[in-house]
Amino acid sequence: MTSLKRWTLHEMATRAARDIPEGAYTNLGIGLPTEVANYLDTDKEVFLHSENGILGMGPAPPKGQEDPDLINAGKQPVTLLTGGAYFHHGDSFTMMRGGHLDICVLGAFQVSAAGDLANWHTGAADAIPSVGGAMDLAIGAKQVFVMMELLNKQGEAKLVERCTYPITALRCVSRVYTDYAIFNLADGVATVTELADGVDVDFLRSLIFLPLRQATG
Amino acid sequence: MQAGLADVFDGATIMIGGFGTAGIPNELIEALIERGCSNLTVVNNNAGNGEAGVAALLAAGRVRKIICSFPRQADSHHFDRLYREGRVELELVPQGNLAARIQAAGAGLGAIYTPTGFGTLLAKGKETREIEGRGYVLEYPIHADFALIKAQRADRWGNLTYYKAARNFGPIMATAARCTIAQVQEIVPLGALDPEAIVTPGIFVQRVIALTRAASAAA
Repeated sequence: MTSLKRWTLHEMATRAARDIPEGAYTNLGIGLPTEVANYLDTDKEVFLHSENGILGMGPAPPKGQEDPDLINAGKQPVTLLTGGAYFHHGDSFTMMRGGHLDICVLGAFQVSAAGDLANWHTGAADAIPSVGGAMDLAIGAKQVFVMMELLNKQGEAKLVERCTYPITALRCVSRVYTDYAIFNLADGVATVTELADGVDVDFLRSLIFLPLRQATG
Repeated sequence: MQAGLADVFDGATIMIGGFGTAGIPNELIEALIERGCSNLTVVNNNAGNGEAGVAALLAAGRVRKIICSFPRQADSHHFDRLYREGRVELELVPQGNLAARIQAAGAGLGAIYTPTGFGTLLAKGKETREIEGRGYVLEYPIHADFALIKAQRADRWGNLTYYKAARNFGPIMATAARCTIAQVQEIVPLGALDPEAIVTPGIFVQRVIALTRAASAAA
């Protein structure tokens, strides 16, 4: 077995970006998933949606050209591509909730094998919960991808049998990009589709206590 | 600016447009702070950033309750402190439900069934219903006494156009308040706004206040 080499953020984002097809209406959640925008092939036309009323969102502007009235969901300055559009929140969440987005990529505290997502609240008594548009994206996008580190800071798996953190939405996640492997979730079962160097399925089984299938071929 | 807020009263529900830094009607909020009303219920996507805008209104102790989707941010320290001290009540609403409830109020609907939040803590104690195999939560409209919004241009009839992503909640909040007050960069003569490009028709706007040029006008 070659030595273990976990994927970097760059390698995780590259893989998620690779799976977003030409022409997909896509929302990239705040945090790690926002990075995916930097790894989309420039010759592939992908329509990035931002919940605050932007379709055809472009990259950050050059320094000095930031506009406080043109920001993304993470409140960072962005630009509008030629052909892009602005609209109000009613229309924006119609796109999200109404099933018009092809893909969203979200961060997570936990994902269950059944595809339940927990990403808005730690449940801690002193936490101030914030939900934003996460619940709307999770129930509304045709496909929900999650991008997260496989283990939390305590070394516990975030891909779990049952979420112990408060749920964002039930049975919504279909694919999980982690630093150890990529998992497809279907019918309550996690299937490993790609492994980082030096990682095999038995090793994953020792980290996450779930029945795992390995994709064939 | 202050005159436009003369009838704001203690205990009023006030929608404030904006998302993060975009579209916050800072000048109207400053005037509201000077107006001196307290015990307000504020409806905004966030619970204030940094020192200005909604954060300043909170810091001034004017807010009893905030209805929002995303209160906690790196620079939401005023809200964080007041919330932890139990001095401000929080109604946390998923952002799409916030928008839909505001739209429901504007559209005269009695309630809506939304799939967002079904099966979560935020649906606890709420009526649910299965419609064609999918779970929905009953949510009620959010009405306001006043909406404070930021637009780009207005005319004497109160028609509004917006600037980039500053539009966000403005057009829907305008429909849901008894009195919508828009701060704009300029007021232009009737006919100067392309009718095809008007985003908020004047029927939803009761007052416009120009920050530069031309005088303010009652619409």
